Amino acid sequence: MPNFIMSYLDPKVTVTPGSAGNQFWALMYVLIIFAGVSVAVICMNWIERKALAHFQVRLGPMRVGPHGLLQPIADAVKLMIKEDIIPAEADQFVFWIAPMIGLLAAFTVYTVIPFGPSEAVSDMNIGILFMLGVSSLGVLGIVVSGWASNSHYPLIGALRSSAQMVSYEVAMGLAVVSAILMTSLNASGTGTLSMIGIVQAQQQQGVWFIFKFFPLGFIAFVIFAIAMVAETNRAPFDLAEAESELTAGYHTEYSGLRWSLFMLAEYAAMIAVSSIAVTLWLGGWMRPFPNLLHAPAWDFIFSLFPGLTFGALAAITFIEAARMPTQSFFKIQRIGLAVFAALLGFIALLLLVIAVAGRSADMSVAARFREGIDYVYWFVLKVAGFMYLFIWYRATWPRYRFDQLMKIGWKVMLPISLGVLVVTAIVGVIFS
Amino acid sequence: MNPGMSAGLNSAIDAGMAPVGTPWFFYVLAGLAVASGVAVITRRNAVHSALALIVTLLAVAGLYLMLYAPFVAGVQIIVYAGGIMVLFLFVIMLVNIDRSSKERQFNRIWPVGLLAACALLALFVSAIAKGKALFPDRMMTLPESSNTQQIATMLYGEAGKMGQYTFAFEIASLLLLVAILGAVIMTKKKI
Repeated sequence: MPNFIMSYLDPKVTVTPGSAGNQFWALMYVLIIFAGVSVAVICMNWIERKALAHFQVRLGPMRVGPHGLLQPIADAVKLMIKEDIIPAEADQFVFWIAPMIGLLAAFTVYTVIPFGPSEAVSDMNIGILFMLGVSSLGVLGIVVSGWASNSHYPLIGALRSSAQMVSYEVAMGLAVVSAILMTSLNASGTGTLSMIGIVQAQQQQGVWFIFKFFPLGFIAFVIFAIAMVAETNRAPFDLAEAESELTAGYHTEYSGLRWSLFMLAEYAAMIAVSSIAVTLWLGGWMRPFPNLLHAPAWDFIFSLFPGLTFGALAAITFIEAARMPTQSFFKIQRIGLAVFAALLGFIALLLLVIAVAGRSADMSVAARFREGIDYVYWFVLKVAGFMYLFIWYRATWPRYRFDQLMKIGWKVMLPISLGVLVVTAIVGVIFS
Repeated sequence: MNPGMSAGLNSAIDAGMAPVGTPWFFYVLAGLAVASGVAVITRRNAVHSALALIVTLLAVAGLYLMLYAPFVAGVQIIVYAGGIMVLFLFVIMLVNIDRSSKERQFNRIWPVGLLAACALLALFVSAIAKGKALFPDRMMTLPESSNTQQIATMLYGEAGKMGQYTFAFEIASLLLLVAILGAVIMTKKKI
């Protein structure tokens, strides 16, 4: 059995555990991704509250832990021990199952997200189709929860959400098709739907699809970037949970743990759609200029980035710990922050050691680790950019009215994405 | 260490995919499809029926995957489970479920339905009884990785050549276009 486990670590194996038929590592990847996404959602919770507060010239959470760092954990504990209420008139079973549907759909898509050429659970032949299909199942959870609550606000929220998702999925799908069309511009003339294949096509053509046939790729990307905000029900398209009109929309009647499952599903879905955008248009796991700067020296320099990022975070945290007020009241917080900084510094050191140990391309296990960390780092960095944009949108733009939302979806985005698809096809035939 | 394991792994890498627990998955998916299919017609509450129908569609998508037809499975999820069922639910939610679930069945077409169901059952039974002659004697193992490309070749043809089903495909898309135009014209009061 250990041999079965170790055989996947053989440097000659360069496929995903799913493709290699190695169930052990597939399970490990699933667990790592599940833990990673959960931690990312916790971080996102804190960053969103802090960033929104600073956008509005407030401090945000400051009391629980230094700079409110423990606030998400306190929130989670509070939600878990809260009373779980099911309204008397609600449809019990459907009310119970609705948050699970959303959560299942949001987490299932992570099977095919390519964090690297072999850093994915499985490389499906229909990867992007699978992702779009399963993530569109997430709306079922919202619709069903709104209906099962047997209350006016949730029902209206659910109706709005389903109408919105069905409308924006069309423009989203057409934008995706125009990117898939670009993968077929090679010698064989055959494209691919596999997520890993799409990134590899960008590598072979030597250009991220956002810059391909400028501005065609860029327009398709912008359409996707708008549609994905609507798909995840985030501001300025968060009409399904517009608090000024519908209290909390589809999850008005939910409380405690069930409500937190909705939040988890929403943030997981945000990360998932950002991953689609990164994979299709922003080169997925590739670092900047992988073809131009491909000398081993450049490889080494770029592989220092993960360690240096964590080092910078550790330095900032240390400075903040030093800047804490000197009263004895803050002593515990100061110690806590210093310990957190030390932890970040330790991670930075570990990453730097791996980068140095794996710098020779002799296909050792360390080299494989260094490569994997590199891929995951660049992928996560790009996704993190999108996650910040989500917060930025929410802080900046007012909510759309529902008729404006529909008008933009059907009368602006759909014709543009259709036009981009046709022009991309024509340009692709002419220039290939 | 099982010596067959490593060899199996290597051949799995060569083949691109190793099937795992095939009969088990088939029986689970088939049972799920049948059970939720029964639930669709026995639930009085229309939303429960719709949810059961979604489970049926997903189980059938899983069966497509087992038949090495991932593209069809993906389209099944994206079109039926994701698109059409959302619209179904959208419409059902606007209906007053309480009243409609208490209403008695007023049309008298159940004998026709029974007849159709019996005919379908007879067809299935005869297909199973004569199975040897109707089906190929061994399972076709299409490479899963080229399924999408093969569908594309059938629909659109190779370079410069019309595909096997190009004409039927284009006719079907024309039909859909006409249906879309019809829907737009019927809903618009003035054009």
